[in-house]
Amino acid sequence: MNSQTTAAAPRAIDWRASITGGALILLALVIAFLLDSPWDSVSTFKISRPRDVWVVGHLTLPSQWFTTIAAVVLAFLGTRLFLKGGGRWTTLSLAVALVILAMAFLVWATAGKSISLTGMLQATVVRAVPIALAALGGILCERVGVINIAIEGMLLAGAFAGALFGSLMGGWAGIICAMLIGGVFGLLLAVLVITYRVDQIIAGVVINLFVLGLTSYVSSQVFAEFRWLNKATPFRAFKIPVLGDIPLVGPVLFNQNLFVYGALILVTLSTYYLFHTRFGLRARAVGEHPRAADTLGIDVIKTRYAHVIAAGMVAGFGGAWFTLGSVGRFDENMTFGRGFIGLAAMIFGRWHPLGALAAALIFGFADSLQQKLSILNTPIPSEFLSMAPYIATIVVVAGLVGQARPPAAIGKPYVKD
Amino acid sequence: MTRAPSDTAPDAAPDAAPDTAPDTDSRLRALLAPTIATRGDLREVVLIPLLAVFLALVIGALIMMATSVAPATILKSFVAMADGSLGSMNAISETLTASIPLVMAGLGIGLAFRAGLFNIGAEGQMVVGGLATAIAAFSFTGLPMILHLPLALLIGMSVGAVYAAIAGVLRATTGAHEVISTIMLNLISFRLLDYLLRQPYIQKEGRADPISRAVLETAELPRLLTFLDPNLRLHLGLFIMLAAVAIVWWLLFRSKLGFAFRISGENPGAARYAGIRAGLTVVLAMAIAGALAGLAGATQVSGVLGRATPGFTAGIGFDAIAVALLGRSHPVGILLAGLLFGALEAGGRQMQVDAGVSIDMISIIQALIIIFVAAPLLIKRLFPPLFRNRVTAGGGHE
Repeated sequence: MNSQTTAAAPRAIDWRASITGGALILLALVIAFLLDSPWDSVSTFKISRPRDVWVVGHLTLPSQWFTTIAAVVLAFLGTRLFLKGGGRWTTLSLAVALVILAMAFLVWATAGKSISLTGMLQATVVRAVPIALAALGGILCERVGVINIAIEGMLLAGAFAGALFGSLMGGWAGIICAMLIGGVFGLLLAVLVITYRVDQIIAGVVINLFVLGLTSYVSSQVFAEFRWLNKATPFRAFKIPVLGDIPLVGPVLFNQNLFVYGALILVTLSTYYLFHTRFGLRARAVGEHPRAADTLGIDVIKTRYAHVIAAGMVAGFGGAWFTLGSVGRFDENMTFGRGFIGLAAMIFGRWHPLGALAAALIFGFADSLQQKLSILNTPIPSEFLSMAPYIATIVVVAGLVGQARPPAAIGKPYVKD
Repeated sequence: MTRAPSDTAPDAAPDAAPDTAPDTDSRLRALLAPTIATRGDLREVVLIPLLAVFLALVIGALIMMATSVAPATILKSFVAMADGSLGSMNAISETLTASIPLVMAGLGIGLAFRAGLFNIGAEGQMVVGGLATAIAAFSFTGLPMILHLPLALLIGMSVGAVYAAIAGVLRATTGAHEVISTIMLNLISFRLLDYLLRQPYIQKEGRADPISRAVLETAELPRLLTFLDPNLRLHLGLFIMLAAVAIVWWLLFRSKLGFAFRISGENPGAARYAGIRAGLTVVLAMAIAGALAGLAGATQVSGVLGRATPGFTAGIGFDAIAVALLGRSHPVGILLAGLLFGALEAGGRQMQVDAGVSIDMISIIQALIIIFVAAPLLIKRLFPPLFRNRVTAGGGHE
């Protein structure tokens, strides 16, 4: 049996690398043949606004040269994956390829025009927030061995609670209630999968259906009649003194709203917690080998409960972004699969908070790119542009599963002898 | 976090550990016993779903109370629900009509389940299947009905199958989990639908909004009960649904392919041991699941809606997940669960009209039913007297 599995492993990796490689070559061809612009056209990226403290000049790139070089690099990466297999370079190649692809589209779309690079990166960070927080929730669960498909529902519940309680009691109370409601659904998931040993994926899917039904019901039953219950004041961006004046970096990182700062802090904290504290080590032990952890006196059940509830709270905070971080109003099913994209970011980031953040930024970039491209009047239909993040998710999941190793005890209930 | 990747390939199932392999005899015996629904514990199979429905209705009433619906209205809404699902000929026709796509998509999900795959993409497969049927149904002119109708349905089925097979191929070749890829394919299919419905060939002439041309009469599923009342919507899809139940039952429990599906789902290690090609099984199971979901979308377009519009699947593909879970992935169970959910759907519409309670209440009740069905231990703990001797004697399949 054992020899069979080891024999099967390299073949599986070859497949994955060839499919990913093939996809990259295809994309290179798309860039080379479809993204045409005159050789003398220039794409202009504005960095500073005229009234900024330090003004930096525009960045200009020759459009056609850039896309040609991008196509060549993509073709090279694709061919390499196709011929030599991925190995440990797959993640990096894929990340580089996705970034190059997005940049090539951007440069092509701005050929002969100009666009604010700072604004675009700012939007990238903002849009990465819910994805990063969803991924963080996923990591906290999966590191202790619980699959959390319910992240999507927890985001939706957080968005809903943020709008409702934000309208009733103000923004801060909205955030706290969103986290509490997220925690409640974390608790529900924990009860179902840890105590009652329901299949983890089924439990997650059912929680998603339940939250979708509940929030849609309340919004059509109650919000439609009492509009003031769904009218929260969103948090505004605030600039951190001095740091916020740095060109490019300042507006992108230090002139944002609470959710961006919160996400960055949570990612840092959980990285420190998981990899540099005793409790984090214990949590990871529970996810890798619960029986061994139990033997050493770690309470597996309690650890799992605590982390799943914490994950629910993180996701609830991420969900509040949709309402309190942007428009202040809840709409049915407004998360649109962001929770699942977060799970893909978690895999892309190899179950590490920093990796997940990086992955979320790539998805956020794709997201803000499609928005910018539709403003720039490109001939690509907007529906296809809005598919981009979903296609990227499939490519990432297909290209990386098996490369990235999930915690060993994932998906299995723990039964104490 | 760096360990040798050899023991981590996703298709190397955890239960394929070397210490369980040699005892083939007992393993084979275990395989022959159907594990998802055993005949022995009939009480569990019948009682748990009934109690689940009861509890879900009670909690649904509590949620209505929490959203300040008056008790009289709650009572009225339950009466309306019963009336709208079973109270008249029209109600029964509506119940059956609503259950047709639920059962067919549910069969697909249940079949994939048996093969160890979680197909959340039924909604997207219905979208592409239904759209393909709509296009076929207005494109081929001059064909007699006997050719046109089956052709249109078949095209919908095949497109659904191909769309689902994408997730199957990705799973088989790269190990990408089908839950994530099918959800992404769902989202992609919605955008694709919005785009295609605006294309000049598909869009209805003279309309600015995304709506397809109407299905030709030769590709419409004939209505069954028009001799009683021309408004009854029940259509020929009812028989297609019953045939699908029978075929899936035969496929799962009497055919070689179904055996391969079930072994792969229950014990991937044993399946490989028995020489079953894991990759091919995954792709075929997904393709058949997608064909059934595509057929569900196709009958919805050609039997009920008459055209494709944005969001024409109305979440049926997601409700079908619940149907498959409630039916415990058994074709007959799925038929019964589909009828129940069809009744809830039809009753819910009546409830919205009569009592003014939003139809979204129905999705809450459906999700609650599944939570309780998926957690039999929870129900046993809530109603201990009903299960006392069974729990101590058999211990169930927990």
